[in-house]
Order: sequence, then structure tokens, then C-alpha cells
Amino acid sequence: MKKTIVTLTASLAVLLFTGVAIAGVSSLRGDQAVDGMSEKPAKKKQMLVEGGIERSYQLQPPVIPHKIDKDEINLNVNTCMNCHSEKTFEQKKAPKVGDSHYVSRDGKVLETLSSRRYFCSQCHAPQVDVDPLVENTFEGAK
Amino acid sequence: MNSSTKKRGILGLLVVGIVLGIILWGGFNTAMEATNTETFCISCHEMEVNVYEELQETIHFNNRTGVRATCPDCHVPKEWVHKLVRKVQATNELYHKALGTIDTPEKFEAKRLQLAQNVWKAMKDTDSRECRNCHDFDSMDFERQESRSGEAHDEAIDKGWTCIDCHKGIAHSLPAGFDPTWNSPQ
Repeated sequence: MKKTIVTLTASLAVLLFTGVAIAGVSSLRGDQAVDGMSEKPAKKKQMLVEGGIERSYQLQPPVIPHKIDKDEINLNVNTCMNCHSEKTFEQKKAPKVGDSHYVSRDGKVLETLSSRRYFCSQCHAPQVDVDPLVENTFEGAK
Repeated sequence: MNSSTKKRGILGLLVVGIVLGIILWGGFNTAMEATNTETFCISCHEMEVNVYEELQETIHFNNRTGVRATCPDCHVPKEWVHKLVRKVQATNELYHKALGTIDTPEKFEAKRLQLAQNVWKAMKDTDSRECRNCHDFDSMDFERQESRSGEAHDEAIDKGWTCIDCHKGIAHSLPAGFDPTWNSPQ
């Protein structure tokens, strides 16, 4: 009888501690049941920054300081080039596509954008103004 | 023939003329309006699978305020005379529909540059008349636009540019071979 009481008490204590421990853990997605729906994040618009955004480190592909949701990059056309191409950047007051983008993989300098640099958004991304999920103290060499 | 039967004859002719006029004129206008709807345009698969698909991705179809432009809003003039002229031109499209000139997406793609250039030329020639049914420099607040847009619109007024000079490809995909300078008037 005594043994049973001790075992029961011990099991209860273990259960209690486990419960407390589980309650203390929260994931980045918040205190929601694993099988529940995740919380809807606040809606953020793509940022518009006059004059562009500084690079964070050398050789960083510059980030895009404007919306690109209406732009098209496909087999037929790349609408980023409407403003950023070598022919139009001056008139559109846009930064020209980097010189490195006019070199083929064999080192040949080309007249137009190299096909391996065609998909701008593979490296260049628009930004939204949000708090980072994890604190970050990275400082790049300028 | 006495004068009273003569009078009655003229009166009858007049009544028949008026009734016929109403029926024919009304019928003509009804038919013209019926062919001036999006439903009619996309009843041809050439329109439905190519240009209408693309339109749905753009701001003229889906936007903040829920205003939608349908095919004829941009492609058929509002004023009666211009509308009639455009409708007569459209008979050429019937001819090519019968021939099957662009009855596959591949054929359409091969012709896209030419077709687009036709529309661009028409819009350029009319000073983008159909755009201006809704958009007007006078009611644009450049302060509320992005600075690059406001500045460009200011320049456009000074230099007499028209909407299509810069906004090609705003409602449909651009054709292969599109040169970026085509959207940069000097």
C-alpha cells in the first residue's frame, strides 16, 4: 500500500514537472498548438526608399528599394531592364546593371545582359520593414 | 387619286419609316453594344487563353479599390463615330478568326510583337484616348505618387508624351524582342 502511494506521488510529480517544462517552451511561431493554425503575421508592404538602401557588406547584391510585384521576368521579357538597362538608365534615373553582369561565363564582354544574370530577383530582393525574429549584431566590412 | 388618299399614303409611309427606323437603328446599336462586352471578347479562345489570362495578373483587373477595366474600356473608343470605325476594322479580326491565324498559343506568341505594335500605334495616334477616359493629368496628384512617377509625369506634360510612350505592357505581357528604349521616350 505504502509502495503504491509513493509510486503514485512520484508519477504525479513527474507529470507536473513535465507539464511545467512544456508550458515554458515556446517556438518562434508563438504559443500555439502544434496542430493549430499559425498566427497571421501583420501585413507588410514592400519598402520604398528614396535613393536606395546602402549595402550591408562589400559585394552584396544591392537590395531593391521599391515594389516589384508588377514586374515580369520570363522567357520573353525582363521588365526590370526597362529602367536599369544600359540604354535607359540615364533617362529613367535608375542605377545601371553592374558591369559584371555583361560578362559571359567565358569572360567575354557582351553588348547586352549576360543570360546567367538574367533573373534579377535570384540575388536582388525587395525589402519589408520588420523586426528580425532573432537578434542580429552582424556588421559588415564597409 | 384624290388628295385625301394621297395624304393617307404619305402618312402611312412616314409611320412605317419611323417604326422601321427605330427597329433597325435600335437593333444595330444593340448588336454593337452586345459585341462590346468582355463576355463577347473572351468567347473566342484566342482572347481567353492569351490576353485575358495575362490581364488578370495586372492592376487593371485586380486592385485595392475594386475598379476593373474590361477589354472594350481600353480597346474600343467611347465616342460613337470612333467606335463605329473600330467596329468596322474589327471585321478583319473575324476574317482571321475564320482563317485560324492565331488559333494556338504558339501562333499567337509568334505574332505577339506585330499585334502589340498595332495597338501601340493606335494608342499613340489617338494620344492614348482610351486611357484618358479614366486617367487625366489634370486630376493626378503628383505629390501622392512615388517621386519617380510624379517626376516622370511632370516631364511627360512638358514634353507632350502620351501614356503609351512609357506604359507599354501595363495590361498584357510584353512581346519577345521588346527593346527597353520603347518605354523611354526622349
